[in-house]
Amino acid sequence: MTKLVYFAWVRERIGKGEEVIELDPAIVTVSDLLAHLKTRGEEYAAALEYENVIRVAINQEHVEHDAFVKGATEIALFPPMTGG
Amino acid sequence: MDAVQPRIIVQRDDFDIAAEMSQISGQNRNIGAVVTFSGLCRDEAGTLAALEIEHYPGMAEAEMTRVAAEVLDRWTLTGLTIIHRFGLIKPGENIVLVMAASIHREAAFNAASFLMDYLKNTAPFWKKEHLNTGEERGWVEAKTKDQDAFKRWHSL
Repeated sequence: MTKLVYFAWVRERIGKGEEVIELDPAIVTVSDLLAHLKTRGEEYAAALEYENVIRVAINQEHVEHDAFVKGATEIALFPPMTGG
Repeated sequence: MDAVQPRIIVQRDDFDIAAEMSQISGQNRNIGAVVTFSGLCRDEAGTLAALEIEHYPGMAEAEMTRVAAEVLDRWTLTGLTIIHRFGLIKPGENIVLVMAASIHREAAFNAASFLMDYLKNTAPFWKKEHLNTGEERGWVEAKTKDQDAFKRWHSL
């Protein structure tokens, strides 16, 4: 099982802060995961519409969209950061 | 010289800059320079009521620790403190503090500048604006100039 966590407008558009899913073995990379999530409903499609702006962290470390998701316990999706 | 242990804090409450300065200068007497950067909440010409800062608990601290390690690898510092707040922050209040101490000033200036450019681009915090009218203006967008400031360190 993999925990997905969402922040800022990604969280607001999806309508929840986190959920636990079973990662299908066909989902190999972050890009595959994003494509899969977009099929889960309008709210996901809206949140992930501009896929290339979505930032991703696996186990609390930044990764690119071609990163492998296998073994991830926590995957976070969020917009570009605006702290500081 | 012992390796510097950075002081990294993510908190809702305000911080006390003078107390942080004492903390840094009290632990090491071989400090000739302390550069302090504090980021404050602007009122955007009187229109902003507050900023709401969301963060990714756990990763925020982890990312600040990773950036601190990179800074300590790049410059010889004698002290380093990074504090970032979250929650509702009103105009005039502190958001972020970076305090870099070194024997001579150049390392401290550069380290503080690098840290802020990195934190803005890699630390998982997001700002939402609340207006005086009671409305939400929405999430602050990441700025190209912050990304450019971040990238310039890669070419040095």
